[in-house]
Amino acid sequence: MGIIKTNRLVHEYIHRDEEGNVESIQSALEGVNLEIEKGQFVAILGHNGSGKSTLAKHMNAILQPSEGTVWVQGMDTSEEKNLWDVRQSAGMVFQNPDNQIIASVVEEDVAFGPENMGVPTDEIWRRVEESLKSVGMLKFRNHSPNKLSGGQKQRVAIAGVVAMQPDCIVFDEPTAMLDPNGRKEVLRTAHLLNREKGVTVILITHYMEEVVEADKVFVMDSGKIVMEGTPRQIFSQVETLKKYRLDVPQITLLAYELRKAGLQIPQGILTRRELVDALSKIRA
Amino acid sequence: MLRDITIGQYYPADSVIHRLDPRVKLFATLIFIISLFIFRSVWGLFIATVFMFGFIRLSKVPFGYMVKGLKAVVILMLITAMFNLFLTNGKELVSFWIFTITYEGLRNAVMMAIRLIYLILGTSVMTLTTTPNQLTDGLEKSLRPLNKIRVPVHEIAMMMSIALRFIPILVEETDKIMRAQMARGADFEAGGIIKRAKSMIPLLVPLFVSAFRRANDLAMAMEARCYRGGTGRTKMKPLTYVPIDYKAYGIVLGYFAAMIAVRIVL
Repeated sequence: MGIIKTNRLVHEYIHRDEEGNVESIQSALEGVNLEIEKGQFVAILGHNGSGKSTLAKHMNAILQPSEGTVWVQGMDTSEEKNLWDVRQSAGMVFQNPDNQIIASVVEEDVAFGPENMGVPTDEIWRRVEESLKSVGMLKFRNHSPNKLSGGQKQRVAIAGVVAMQPDCIVFDEPTAMLDPNGRKEVLRTAHLLNREKGVTVILITHYMEEVVEADKVFVMDSGKIVMEGTPRQIFSQVETLKKYRLDVPQITLLAYELRKAGLQIPQGILTRRELVDALSKIRA
Repeated sequence: MLRDITIGQYYPADSVIHRLDPRVKLFATLIFIISLFIFRSVWGLFIATVFMFGFIRLSKVPFGYMVKGLKAVVILMLITAMFNLFLTNGKELVSFWIFTITYEGLRNAVMMAIRLIYLILGTSVMTLTTTPNQLTDGLEKSLRPLNKIRVPVHEIAMMMSIALRFIPILVEETDKIMRAQMARGADFEAGGIIKRAKSMIPLLVPLFVSAFRRANDLAMAMEARCYRGGTGRTKMKPLTYVPIDYKAYGIVLGYFAAMIAVRIVL
């Protein structure tokens, strides 16, 4: 079994009026089946309201399934006794960097997770140092988070999760509030953790450019997984993606239009390099 | 403009006082305040003065910086002194119209003014040498016995430290909302007090909404990082006493004993 697996997962947001009567039920997930293998870099794509953030919150047991099951490392997230183990093995990085930093000194914030888990003091110091080093923020350890840039704050938040030594990290739109530089910083960090520490990364986003290097991509639309495959497989289906209100990376779109215009280039081009190579082959 | 507010008035320096355990400083401040109301004689005043200025010297905080804190209480001090000066019965010194200044009144007024000045200076030694976080840590640990009577000490300390972390963020947000509303024609300065209070509504409503949203996000982030209250929690920087802390306790207790002795003997 993969590190995360869901089986016919359903989630319903129930809105109640003041007396507690059910006013309306809005279903955010409608039978999601997915399996994520250990060590992979997985991206989940979808436009706003497709249910991707709801899915992310299930992986960390912040939300409980209305129907169906979620397993993290083989543990059922709906069982009370698994709650803290699930949260320890699936860390989560949220969208707004300000709203997830708890302490007023960087290193104390990174220590928050291990402190909650009851890790001994000298081990906390070791972990804090190591995780700050792994996100490249060690020299800011005594700074106040308020003085950092968005990308730096987000890296501190990542270090805070890394210090809990999770098996996988769920990034819930970590770059949505950052400038282009901050986005690059955060993505580089996520890839680095995946490659060097073998942490499984689940990146939830609606920026197409961010998923090009992923091992596997899931596309969500109105609470269901509608596409699944490698980035190349996904991005070769430009028309289908448009139907789900998603854009493809500019290079892929250009290649697609060129191909449609009759040029002999392969499907699903992802990088500028590939397009240049394909085009120069035609001339030769 | 709002950004210039500094919260807490920590003065960073490398001194013995800065390195002391916050619990020692809390205890010493409490004892010092009590001792100020014990003395009646000049000798008591002398000991308190030596004790306080000794600590100010050790803290390496410039004296001028501390005196700034006194500005806030000048009015209170004057009123207290006036009451003591004119309303104490005793040997008459000067008398004009309906006012009479007595020898005792003069003495009381001076003593009271000195007490208030020392109170401010003494407590500011603590607030200037301790970071807000150390203070909450110190409070949490000193008040831990209250856990037994179901006072949620850890939770209160956690709330205090989160509040401290979010003050600058909310201040910045207020600034932003204010400018956004001003850009749309809101006027925060004109009119009387009622009109001005009313004009705060378009500022406060969005601020509250956003604060609640932040609180919600933060609670989720804390839970995602396994936060489950104070039980079973370890600390990255636990408060532990080192020899100098015991020495400081000794000095404080010695001072207190001396003050009591002076009060009884003289």
